[in-house]
This record gives sequence, structure tokens and C-alpha cells, in this order.
Amino acid sequence: MAKDEFEKREFKIVGTRVPRPDGLDKVTGRARYGADMSAPGMLFGYCLRSPHAHARIKSIDTSEAEAMPGVKAVVTRADFTHVPASGGTKDILDNVMAGEKALYDGHTVAAVAANSRSAAKAALKAIKVDYEVLPHVTDVDEAMKPGAPELHQGRQQESVPEGFSQNVLARSQYGHGDVDAGFAKADIIVERSFKTAATHQGYIEPHACLASMGNDNQADLFCCTQGHFMVRNTCADIMGMESGRLRVTASEIGGGFGGKTTVFLEPVALMLSKKSGKPVKMTMSRDEVMRASGPTASTSIDIKIGVKKDGTVTAATGDFRYQSGCFYSMNGALGAMCGFAPYDLENLKTVGWEVVTNRPKAAAYRAPGAPMAAFAVESVMDEIAKELGMDPIDLRLLNGAEEGTKAAYGPTYPAIGLKATLKAAKAHPHWSAPLGENQGRGVGCGFWFNFGGNTSVSLMINPDGTVNLSEGNPDIGGSRASMSMMAAEELGIPYEQIRTIVADTASLGENDVTDGSRVTFAVGLATIKAARHAIEIMKGRAAATWGIDADAVEWVDGAAQPAGPNAGKFPPLTLKDIAATMSKTGGPISGHHEANAEGAGVSFGTHICDTEVDPETGAVKILRYTVFQDAGKAVHPDYVEGQLQGGAVQGIGWALNEEYIYGEDGTLQNAGYLDYRIPVASDLPMIEPVILEIPNPGHPYGVRGVGETGIVPPLATIANAVSRAAGVRMTSLPMSPPKLLAAIKAN
Amino acid sequence: MVAVTLWGSLSELAEGQREVEIKASNLRELLAGLQAAYPAFAPQLERGISVSIDGKIYNDSWFQPISETSEVVLLNRLEGG
Repeated sequence: MAKDEFEKREFKIVGTRVPRPDGLDKVTGRARYGADMSAPGMLFGYCLRSPHAHARIKSIDTSEAEAMPGVKAVVTRADFTHVPASGGTKDILDNVMAGEKALYDGHTVAAVAANSRSAAKAALKAIKVDYEVLPHVTDVDEAMKPGAPELHQGRQQESVPEGFSQNVLARSQYGHGDVDAGFAKADIIVERSFKTAATHQGYIEPHACLASMGNDNQADLFCCTQGHFMVRNTCADIMGMESGRLRVTASEIGGGFGGKTTVFLEPVALMLSKKSGKPVKMTMSRDEVMRASGPTASTSIDIKIGVKKDGTVTAATGDFRYQSGCFYSMNGALGAMCGFAPYDLENLKTVGWEVVTNRPKAAAYRAPGAPMAAFAVESVMDEIAKELGMDPIDLRLLNGAEEGTKAAYGPTYPAIGLKATLKAAKAHPHWSAPLGENQGRGVGCGFWFNFGGNTSVSLMINPDGTVNLSEGNPDIGGSRASMSMMAAEELGIPYEQIRTIVADTASLGENDVTDGSRVTFAVGLATIKAARHAIEIMKGRAAATWGIDADAVEWVDGAAQPAGPNAGKFPPLTLKDIAATMSKTGGPISGHHEANAEGAGVSFGTHICDTEVDPETGAVKILRYTVFQDAGKAVHPDYVEGQLQGGAVQGIGWALNEEYIYGEDGTLQNAGYLDYRIPVASDLPMIEPVILEIPNPGHPYGVRGVGETGIVPPLATIANAVSRAAGVRMTSLPMSPPKLLAAIKAN
Repeated sequence: MVAVTLWGSLSELAEGQREVEIKASNLRELLAGLQAAYPAFAPQLERGISVSIDGKIYNDSWFQPISETSEVVLLNRLEGG
């Protein structure tokens, strides 16, 4: 499915800026986030976390804690007796409750549920854990070396050559052509090494849940997540229960950005509830979010690009070494696939490495793996443009990918929008605006795949002609608004007549996680088809009412009408008319669509940024920032612009300030927003978003995912602007004032 | 027969071949054919792969048609955020 579905049409609702349905609830405090749910007799759960980066757990004595007043349950790994069926879920269990070893500072080793917060916290202090502290490693290059402290044994995949530490779990190689021959043809070769720090997604809402498990082994879970079906399946596997017995309801979500695509507290809360027989609420503090949820990978990358004097790239190589915390996570391979994706290269070789270290397991973060790779590749492209005296956009247009290009990851591109974004950037007044002293302008490109996936949608016609739509994906990017708009467009009724909700796991078929920029594409496609399904039923009801064949009825502007003069003369029956009589014409009317909507279209973006560097302090000011992205049809432009602006802002933080700082002892030194600095409004200019609507042929309205590509170009774009402003090439992120000042002085 | 492009690490498990031929008319037959012809791929196939068919990427759709002229490229199983 999902191939060549696009049909050009004039939209009435799609493309407008209707009021968002969640706005009032969010600004009045009525929206219920993960920590807002309570239950009678509820207990408060808290985790005891390892103070060591790497330690063998010799014993845990919970007896004193269990005897304390108000304490109803204490759990350790010994309580999780079921072995999950999936290898990935075994890792998740090991991550949410340590087994034989604590693998990072903050790793949960036990948990308590008590009838007050103070009783639970006091009980945590009474748990005695006997640790054997082990050597640790937190740097990716150090972790790869033979002799490095090793976290696991026997997990190395068959792709890893001999001679590496067991911390190196996987190697992936991509490319085509002959790079040696390509470099031999080059007039100029630039080779650089880069480092990026681990950063956190920085969502405002900490992880929180309320679990309630009965004696009948049935459970309910309310939690903050990007995918409650994933939560259900994962927790059921960990708990050893049938998934149908666990109903998960997603709360309103205060940001996710990929960081809520797995579970942290939920299995622990379920086990505490099972053991205590009471509902258990758990909420992470910000310190816990930083130490023990999933930040992104930190990286070490080598890039080599050869070009002719006219700017044509003759060959390129990239070695992408990513540490993703203490368990396997595929990030390096994505870097190897995405870094050179904007270019048409005859000779290319990239290698991605997955490495474990004594850090929390990385979670996804918008286009996982791609921003760091783009930083390295686009920085070298910028350096080449400068050396050639060439406009950096012209260099990219000369080598840019287009329809028919063999992508860096192998396939031949269909119609794509990279060059459209580059041309729009070059034509924009920003590109030619004058710059002042200590100011520099950078440009960068980025790519992301975009996904589809399992999707179920139900659309119910109510007797009064209103419509309810149930989707199964937490709304992190405006999906309730965009689904209502697409349903209204298809049904031909006002947007206000439709209310979309996020249904729980017992009310709708399977849905994949809200990730991969998939929802507006895949759920939108399912919504349109569910509406068409309902329309077919309503056409049938109208035909039966008129006594004509259903094929002789068409749906126009929200009403059934005879398809032509031969069908007979009948006044149109509106959706409201048909709904009013549905109990007499056959009963309730609903439309459904369930499918694995694969074949989503890829996406490209180009960013421009102006920066000013203070040579006295190394501080960087973002002066102007413009985003150009191929977004397909923008269903609700406000939300699309928000995605582009948000990606840029998160990238600004990643480029300039954000980093996980580990001490010599392997513990995190800046687990809070005072010491881990994300950008605030006063740090930022208005981010100007420019949406290019190049239709995705795989969607009926031409919709393309937009949530992730926007974070891919900023690291490089800002680094290029800063490097040009400071007169020194910056190869390590974040470009914090001390680091930039040192580079300026060294230059 | 369908020409299937391997990524580099899989290529190393197929005696350096960058492209192999598999008899398949859909994704399920392709995966079964790869498993039978190249037992060394088994661990990776078990971990999961993504398949690009004519420039569009598929993870699980067994019955996605593949023609003899289709461009088929194997990829690491993709994950998003």
C-alpha cells in the first residue's frame, strides 16, 4: 500500500490554521499529564539508584526497609522472575532494574512503594547494597580499545572484526564505487575528526505513571509515553502476562522527541503494584530523568572528502563511532547511512560502529544518529567551499542528490526535494544579507528517512452528525488537530464537528510508537481511508433510502447525491441527515482502517544561520536563523512551522551548550537544568520557517513526515557559522564559551 | 530472479558479493530466499532488516510485491525518534 496514492486536489480545510483542540486544556491546567492521575489507596513508588558507574551487586538487603512503617512493597531484580521473550526486552529489563551489575550512575537497583512520599524515601535509605566497584569507561574511543573495562561478554555481532574490545557490539558498512580511485582524481582532500557530546531530549515533563494490578492478573497503566501499545507489549513481556490483560492509557505528553519510545518506570510500578496489591504512582525527578532515562549518543567521527577544483566531489569516506550507553542501540549505522545522504557521490565508503559504555542506554532523539553525522560531513563541505572560494550553497547544488541519484545508503532516490531547499535558501534575502564584525554565516543540509508503520483508526458517526475519531498515537506534534482536519476534508464537514481522541490499548487495534515522523503520514492516511469507508456506508444508506443502486450515489461537500440524471432526482442527504436516521437504515455507522503503512517518503532540509562570536569570552549569539524543509503538504502550517522551529532550537542547544559531563569517577556532574543549559527564549531570535510543499506520492494528500529532519542540519549550520565568525574550524560540540575561546586563542 | 544489493557488512558474509540474486515475488519470499541461500545472514535477519524496494523502505510487509525489474536494497533495520 501507500504507493502513488497522491491525487492533486483543492483543499478547503487542510492547509488552514484552525484552533488546536488541546490548547485550552493545556493553558488552563485541565490537561492530565503523567503525574496528574491518582487512585484510591494509591502508594508512592521510588527507585534506589546506583551511585557507581560500574559495579557488581554482591548483595541487597531490603529487610530493614520492608519493616518500616508505611512501606508496602520493596522490589529488586529477584522479583522479576519471568525471562522476556525478546532480546531487546531483556535489555530493557536489565536497564529498568539492574541484574548482576549496575552499569551506570543512576541505574535502578531496587524500588520501594509506601503510603507516603516521605516513608518511601526513608525506606530507600534503609536498603543495604553491597557493591564491588569495577573500572568504568564513558568515552567512545576509549571503550573501543582492547583492554578497556568491558560491560558485557558475548554480545558482539558477527560484523565486528577481531581485535576490538567486547564493548564494540556492531559494525555496519555502506557505500559504493572505489574510494581509492576517487581520491586519486581529487585536486583537494580535506580530512577532519569530530566529537559530539551526549545530549538529552530535554522534554519538560518527567517520566511518570500510575500502575494498578489486581489479584486477577489484570492491570491498568496510565503513563506518559510516545507509544502506549509499545508500553503494553514491553511491560507484558517483562511481567510475564498476556498483553490483553494490561490496558495502557497514554496521558497528555509534555514532550518526547524520541526519549519516550521505551519504558523506564512502568515495569517497576507494575511489579510494586503486584507485590503490594495497591495502585502505585511513580514520578521521576529531573535528576533521575538526566541520570537514568535515555539521552542521545556521543560520537567520534572521521570524515575525508576529495574534490576537483570545480567543486565536484570525487570520493568520500566516513567513520562514525557512536557510544549509546550500556546496551545495544543502533545509532552509528544510521550516521553511516544519513551523513552523506544529501549528495550524489560516485565513490563512497562509510562505517558505523555501535559501542557500549558506562552511561544510561541511549534512546532515540529526533532522527537518531543523523545530526552528528551531518555535523561532521557538512563541516568538511563548508571547509572545502571556503578553500575553493566557492559559494557553499553552489557547492552543495553541484553535488546535491536528486531523482535518480544512488543514495549513500544504497537505493536510487525517487523525486526528492533537497535541491529545492537549497535553491530556496539561495534565493532567500537571508543568504545575501550583510554581516558585521565577528559575525559569520553558515549553511547545512540534512536528511531523514521518515517511517510509516502499524496504524489503526476508527471513525464513528454520531446520531447528531458529529464525528469522533480514535487514533492510537499519543499527540506530540498536533495529530489530534491534523487528523480532525483530514477527516473533515474527506467527509466534507466543518473541522469543529469532529473530535479526535487518543484511545487506550483495549479500544483500538495495534499502533506503532509515535516516532520516525510517521504519524501525520501513516495515521493521516488511515484517517482518510477510514473516512472513505464511512462515506461508502453512508452512500449505501442514501441509496437504500432512495431505492437506487449504491453505485449511482456520489459524495459531494458532506452529502450524498445522485451521481447523475440517470440516477433519479433526489435532494442531497447530508451526513447529518444520514446520521439522524441511521438506526432505521441499518444501525451505527463507523469507518475503520487498519494497515502497516510502509513506504513513507524521505525528507531533506537546508538551514542558514548567522552568529556573532565575542572574541573576549567565546560566547556565541544566534543572530538570525532560517529553515527550509520539504514538508510535503502541510496539513496545519502552525504545527509544521513549530516542528521546524523546534528542531532548530534543539540543535542550537546541542551545538552551543548542551552536554553530559562525567567526572573521573564516571558519575554525571550536571544532572539538572541549572548546569545542563538548554536554550531559552531570550537566547533565540525568531526562527523563520520556510515550508516547501513537494507532494509525497505515497499519501493521498501528499503529506510527508516533518518531525525529525529539522534537527539534522543545525549542528553543522551553527558550527559553520561560528567557524567563519571566529576564523577557526570548530570540530567539537558543544561550542561552549571556554572551548571556543581556547580555540580562538590557539589560532 | 531479483537482484538484491547488500550493505557492506552483509556483503562480507556473502564472500564479498555486493549484489546477489534471489527468486522472489514478494518481501516474504525474498527474506526466505536470503535465509536459505546465505545461512550466515541468519543472525542479522533475526535481528531484523529494512528493505528498500524501488526507493521506498519497508520493514515488515510480507506481501509487498517485488518484480524482477525492482531495485531491491537491504538496510539495517531502521529506527526513528
